[in-house]
Amino acid sequence: MVEMKATRDGYGEGLVALGEKNHQVVVLSADLTDSTRASMFKKRFPERFFTMGVAEADMIGTAGGLSLVGKIPFCCTLGVFASGRVWDQVRVTICYSNLNVKIGGSHGGISVGADGATHQSIEEITLMRVLPNMKVVVPCDAIETRKATIQAGEVSGPVYIRFGRSPIPVITTKDTPFILGKAITMRKGKDVAIFACGIMVYEALEAARELDKKGISAGVINLHTVKPIDEEIIFKAAKETGAIVTAEEHQLSGGFGSAVTEVAVKQYSVPVEMVGIKDHFGKSGSPQELIQDFGLTRFDIIKAVEKVLKRKG
Amino acid sequence: MKINEQVKKLDKIARQVRKNIIEMLVQAGSGHPGGALSACDIMVVLYFSVMRHNPQNPQWRERDRFILSKGHSCPAMYACLARAGYFPLQELSTLRKLGSRLQGHPSKTDGLPGIEVSTGSLGQGLSIANGIALGLRLDRIGARVYCLMGDGEIEEGQIWEAAMAASHYHIDNLCGIVDNNGLQIDGTIDEIMSPNPISEKWKAFGWNTIEIDGNKMEEILEAFAEAKTIKRKPTVIIAKTIKGKGVSFMENAVEWHGKAPSKEQAKVALKDLESS
Repeated sequence: MVEMKATRDGYGEGLVALGEKNHQVVVLSADLTDSTRASMFKKRFPERFFTMGVAEADMIGTAGGLSLVGKIPFCCTLGVFASGRVWDQVRVTICYSNLNVKIGGSHGGISVGADGATHQSIEEITLMRVLPNMKVVVPCDAIETRKATIQAGEVSGPVYIRFGRSPIPVITTKDTPFILGKAITMRKGKDVAIFACGIMVYEALEAARELDKKGISAGVINLHTVKPIDEEIIFKAAKETGAIVTAEEHQLSGGFGSAVTEVAVKQYSVPVEMVGIKDHFGKSGSPQELIQDFGLTRFDIIKAVEKVLKRKG
Repeated sequence: MKINEQVKKLDKIARQVRKNIIEMLVQAGSGHPGGALSACDIMVVLYFSVMRHNPQNPQWRERDRFILSKGHSCPAMYACLARAGYFPLQELSTLRKLGSRLQGHPSKTDGLPGIEVSTGSLGQGLSIANGIALGLRLDRIGARVYCLMGDGEIEEGQIWEAAMAASHYHIDNLCGIVDNNGLQIDGTIDEIMSPNPISEKWKAFGWNTIEIDGNKMEEILEAFAEAKTIKRKPTVIIAKTIKGKGVSFMENAVEWHGKAPSKEQAKVALKDLESS
C-alpha cells in the first residue's frame, strides 16, 4: 500500500525547513494560508509571515519590495491566481527586474476536484515558462516538493513551484537525489521514453509496468524542472528510443509536452505523443473521476505509447 | 541653509532638469514630456534635499528609496540622477537608444545606477514601496521610502490594494506622492474616470493626506517634513501640478503626454525655460 500525501504539505514543510536555515526567508499569503500550507511557516515564524488579504497583485509587488532589501519572499496562493491573475505583475515587477521572489502555486491541476474550473490551474506551466528569468518546477510527490521548495529558496532569481491539493502517492524517498534542473530517470526503457511531471510520474510508472507485460520496454523520466529544462536527457532519450510520450496534468498548448518537444526537435526527428488536457476548462467532480474524464490516467499513457510506436514504424 | 536660499537653489536645479528633459526627448525622438515636467519639482526636492542617499554608493543599505511608480516620467528621474552624480550627464543623450542604460521606462537590469526597480506598467510601484518599507522595518533600518504615482495611475486597482495594506500595516516610513496634474492620455482625469475627490479617498483608506501646490518648492519641502513626523500611518501628498510645467505650449495640454518635441519645438521650449 503506497503512502499518500499532498504535495502542498511538502511545500509547507519545505518552507519551515528553509525558514529555519535562513532567517531572510519570509512568507506572504493571499488569504489562503491553510489551503497553501503557509500556515506551517506562520505558526513557526509569525514575525516573518505577512497576510496580504485577497489582493494577489499587491502580494507579488510587496514580495518584490521585500526582496529588494535582501529578504527571500515566498508568495502563496492558488495556481490560477499565482500564474494567471498576476501575470503582468510577475512579468514586470518580478521577472523583468529579476527579483529573488518565489511563487508557490497551490491546487495545480484538475485533481483540485469539486471547486471546478475557476480554481483548477491547468495553464501555469505555459504562462510561467514563457517569462525570461523564471524557473518552473513541478515536483512529483510531497517529498520532492519539500526539496524543491528548499532549493528554490537557495537559487537566485524567480522560481514558480506547482503543487497540488489532494493526497497523491509518495514515490521518492528522502534519500532520492534532487537537483533543480536535473531530470531523474525513474525507470530505464529502450522502446519509448515517457517524460512526466507532477502526478503523472506515478501514472507513467504504472503504465510502464503494464507495458512491460505486453513486451514493451518503456523508460520513465521525471522531468520536474520545466525551466531550465534538462536538454541532455531529452536528446539522449530521443536518440536511444526514437519515440517520446509526454504526460502532464495541464493544457497541451505550450505546456510541458511542448517544452519537451521544442528540445527534441532541435536534434532529432522523433515522433511525440502528448497526454494532457485538450483545450478544455476544468469542471467539478472527484479527483479520481476528473483524472479519468480528462484522459490523464495510466491507460491514456499506454494508448499514447502504442500510438507513438506505430508512428515510429 | 535658510528656506529662501534652499528654494532658490532647488528652483535653479529644477530649471536645469527641465532643460535636460527637453534635450533628452528631442534627441530620443520619443518619450513622455508632460508628466516629467509636472513631477520635476517633487523629484528635485527628493534627490537634492529630502532623501538621504549617496550617488557614490547606490547600494548603501541605509539609503532612502525612491520608487517612480509612474515610470514613464523617467526623463525627470534620469536627469536628477545624472545631476546628482550617479552617472555622467552626457549619458542622458542615449535615452531610448539601442544598448542604452536609459531605457524608455526605468530598467533595473540594464546597469543604470540609482534605479531601485523596473517600472512602467502602472499601478505596481506602491506595492513594491510597501514591501521595501516593511523589510526595512523588519531589519530596524530607519530609512524612508518615497513612491511617486500619477493621477491617472490611481485608476489602477492595485494602487488601492497597496493603499489598504499600507494602512493595515501602519507603514509610516512610507510617503506616497500623487502627481495630480489633472490629465491622462485620453483626456482630463475628470472626463475619463472622475477620480476626484482624491484626498478623501486616501483618507478613507487610513492615510494622512497633505494637499499642496506641487510646483512650489516651499510647499513640497513642508509636506515632506510633515510626513516624517507622522507615526502609525502612511502619508500621501496630493500634489496639484501643471502637466508640461515650464514649457508654454505643453502646459495643461493633453497631447503632450507621450510625444517628443521636434527640433523647432524644442528650441521654443528651451527658450521658455531660460526665461521662466
